[in-house]
Amino acid sequence: MIRDSLTVLTLLAAALVLSCSHKTAFAPTPKPTAFGAAIVESSGGKQIAQAGTALPQPLIVQVNDEQGAAVAGALVEFSAAPGVTFDPANGLTDSSGQVTTNVTLGGLAGRYQLTASTTGKALKKVELRIEEIALGYQQTLGRQLNDQYCERCHNPESTVERVSNFDNLEIKPHPLTDGDTLNKISDADLSAIISHGGPALNKSALMPAWGNTLSKSDIQALTSYIRAITDPPNRNAGPVYAKN
Amino acid sequence: MKKQLKSLWQKLFGNSVRAFGVVSLVFLASLAIAPAKNHFSEWRHYQQGYLKMIRNRSDAVTLQRHFQGGIQQIWLPDLGVVDRCTSCHVGLKEASLNDVNVQPFRPHPAIPHKLDQFGCTMCHRGQGAATTVVEAHNSTLAWEQPILPAKYIESSCGECHREPLAGAPQLNQGRQLLSRYGCVHCHTVKLPDGKIVKPTDDPPSLEHIADKTTREWIYVWLKDPQAYASTATMPNFKLSDDDARDVSAFLMANSTPLPGDTTALSAKASSDPAAGATLYGESFCASCHAVQNAAGNLVGGDVGPELTRLGNKVKPEWLQEWLRNPRSYDAETAMPHYRFSDPQVATLSGFLLAKTDSELLANVHLEAATPEQIAHGKRLASDYGCASCHEIAGIKKPENFAPELSRIGNKPVTQLVFLPGMQHTIPDYIAAKIRQPRAFGQGLKMPQYTFTPAQIDSLATALLALNDRSATLPPSLTVAATPESDYQPAGKAGKLMTDLACFSCHRINGHGGDMAPDLTWEGSSVQRQWLAEFLKNPNTLRPALIRRMPRFNLTGGEVNELTDYIMTVYQSPAVDRDSMPLSGYPQGQVELGRQLFYGKYACQGCHIVDTKTDKGYIGPTLTQVGSRLTAAWIFEWMKNPQALRPGTTEPNRAMNDEDARALTAFLISQKGGGKSEVKK
Repeated sequence: MIRDSLTVLTLLAAALVLSCSHKTAFAPTPKPTAFGAAIVESSGGKQIAQAGTALPQPLIVQVNDEQGAAVAGALVEFSAAPGVTFDPANGLTDSSGQVTTNVTLGGLAGRYQLTASTTGKALKKVELRIEEIALGYQQTLGRQLNDQYCERCHNPESTVERVSNFDNLEIKPHPLTDGDTLNKISDADLSAIISHGGPALNKSALMPAWGNTLSKSDIQALTSYIRAITDPPNRNAGPVYAKN
Repeated sequence: MKKQLKSLWQKLFGNSVRAFGVVSLVFLASLAIAPAKNHFSEWRHYQQGYLKMIRNRSDAVTLQRHFQGGIQQIWLPDLGVVDRCTSCHVGLKEASLNDVNVQPFRPHPAIPHKLDQFGCTMCHRGQGAATTVVEAHNSTLAWEQPILPAKYIESSCGECHREPLAGAPQLNQGRQLLSRYGCVHCHTVKLPDGKIVKPTDDPPSLEHIADKTTREWIYVWLKDPQAYASTATMPNFKLSDDDARDVSAFLMANSTPLPGDTTALSAKASSDPAAGATLYGESFCASCHAVQNAAGNLVGGDVGPELTRLGNKVKPEWLQEWLRNPRSYDAETAMPHYRFSDPQVATLSGFLLAKTDSELLANVHLEAATPEQIAHGKRLASDYGCASCHEIAGIKKPENFAPELSRIGNKPVTQLVFLPGMQHTIPDYIAAKIRQPRAFGQGLKMPQYTFTPAQIDSLATALLALNDRSATLPPSLTVAATPESDYQPAGKAGKLMTDLACFSCHRINGHGGDMAPDLTWEGSSVQRQWLAEFLKNPNTLRPALIRRMPRFNLTGGEVNELTDYIMTVYQSPAVDRDSMPLSGYPQGQVELGRQLFYGKYACQGCHIVDTKTDKGYIGPTLTQVGSRLTAAWIFEWMKNPQALRPGTTEPNRAMNDEDARALTAFLISQKGGGKSEVKK
């Protein structure tokens, strides 16, 4: 008799535990219907956003098989350092083999390494690392100044709204992402070029002196922005945040 | 059992000495609890971790010297700040720790304020006096405001800074969106200085709507405004088919014809797509209006409505009358009154009416409305607050239609209804409410907007700045908003400028748009003859610009009126335009100016003087600058451009008078050499 009631009690307790644990479970991960061999970035890497905000463009990755053809129905999971959120955090590839997610970067400035992973055929994890740049306060100010004063000449790409002046210049300016060149210039020299113009360091006179137009803190903001966006990264670019 | 207890009692308290010893031990142990709790506290743990971390760094000595142990506190009685955050965040002021990526040891990023003067919680919120991680950062029973998520941090700037702040773009954008998307039509937002935020979206009056469009279009628009134009400001009210049918019936029945003979179709819309496209381009309609191109991208400005499917919307008679003079239908419109000729109106209206989407109205079949439907439509229109934005005959603009948002930034969370699964914090509530307002319950009226995630963050940032602290700060601690200028030019010329909607693009004396140059000192800047020519036939000064001044087909009298007014009234006290001659500079000085232009100052990087060699695309073309600008203006501009036009991109080269005079002599000699180049 006692034994029976004990069994019933245990069963009841087990049921209770099960139902409770079920309630707290997160949205279930979808079951993959196919497996790929490689995962590649379609678009959305190397974007720049203010720390703590959403990237301007979604991140799109694609799963391919051994032959490089797109795989539909493969599961892709996104992960990164704490503070980074993905919407959605996982998903099955669509008919073109792609998964799209919106990324919000963490609240600290620096470089964020995002990981997109899919399960391969032999249940082996295939991973792709993508880097995004989060700007701090000073760097965001620098970006604004860059857009107003520097971008038109230093960015060779034209948009409908902003026609680039790069091709019109006899001596080509360095794109501000050009890490190979800019990382060799010290902070002091970089500020000197901005405030006193190109000739101050034996560079082109087409780079005017901005020292009377921009304040000292403006120029500091500009240099810190340039340091943050160069590729390969500058050693003062700030920390890298990756998955633990 | 009893025996055992008794023997234990005997052992401990058997005689008085024993009892005294045991009680003393217990007493001592309990006394030790307080220091032990202190010893094992979280902040001590972090301080030890910090010391361990810096031990192996190259700058260890400096860092160790800066380090101060124990509870740290920033106390600012004026601001009510007691912040002990620096007890754990030990490295906040150490810029050299920039490579550290673990909290709480990151240095604070460079900001315009000093930590010692503002503390931490002024910007970050949270409980400053707390000394444990949970109490400082989270919302507890005793403290409702948790740490503000980093993406909303600019809202704290907005508590003191009421003016547009260069360093807070997200806050500025959010404040603009509140007006631009008409949030403040329904929600009152009273700023701490007592001003009410005004909308800037200008929704049209619906009193004569039947003149303008059909009931079918209204129905489709009401169902989903973004289906007609992806950029539409009007939100989606998620009306059912029947409700949309009834509201459209009411609006049509309620509309009265515009007084005056406006319905006569005086010129047949002509179908000459090539001529239409040319006129559309020449009139620079795209400066304000966008059209979706074949690739699905929007091309054009966002001052006026998108025109991709205009042919589905407007009646031909109305469009022609609108093109002839928009002010006869809407006196306040931002659209200029082009003086189009009848054939031009026919060509342009034909071109615009061809912009249709065959699917938009294809499945809409509305039967004649019954009086019950019209009555129901009227009830719906007042229930949903349509009159908050639009003028509708017979429905008064409701007062306080939606909750006031003047202090939404720290509304107690106990007064809010949250969605299941969401965090119970104000920032999350505001963002979720903007993202999906109808999810918060049945029968809610707030419509669905199509904001991007970034726009939602901006709006939440602006709203979070509206809180109790912001409202109660003494004026001495705030930076006041720049008062809005309501400058209006006087007299006949003033009327003409309103008719041409100059202020939709140009700013004068602090009033107007920012698409085109500020004209406050235009009279000192340009030569009279050039201005008159330009108004007659505006040619472009900057080759790379897509937004340009349209030709208004002004009469000679109107051109004279405008030119006289601008030349007389818009003069800068800093520039005497007659102080320097427009010609007759010595050849040597002109030559020196040329050398300075191409050598020392390398102006050809941004400007073109000689179309054969120069390619600069950023500043205006200077081939005819000698017939355009006054010499005195050029001279002063060389010395300090920002003094004449704040925010202009031209760098201030701090030129001496000699260089500036030589460059002036060189530039004023650039008279363009005849019109042959322009004609080409």
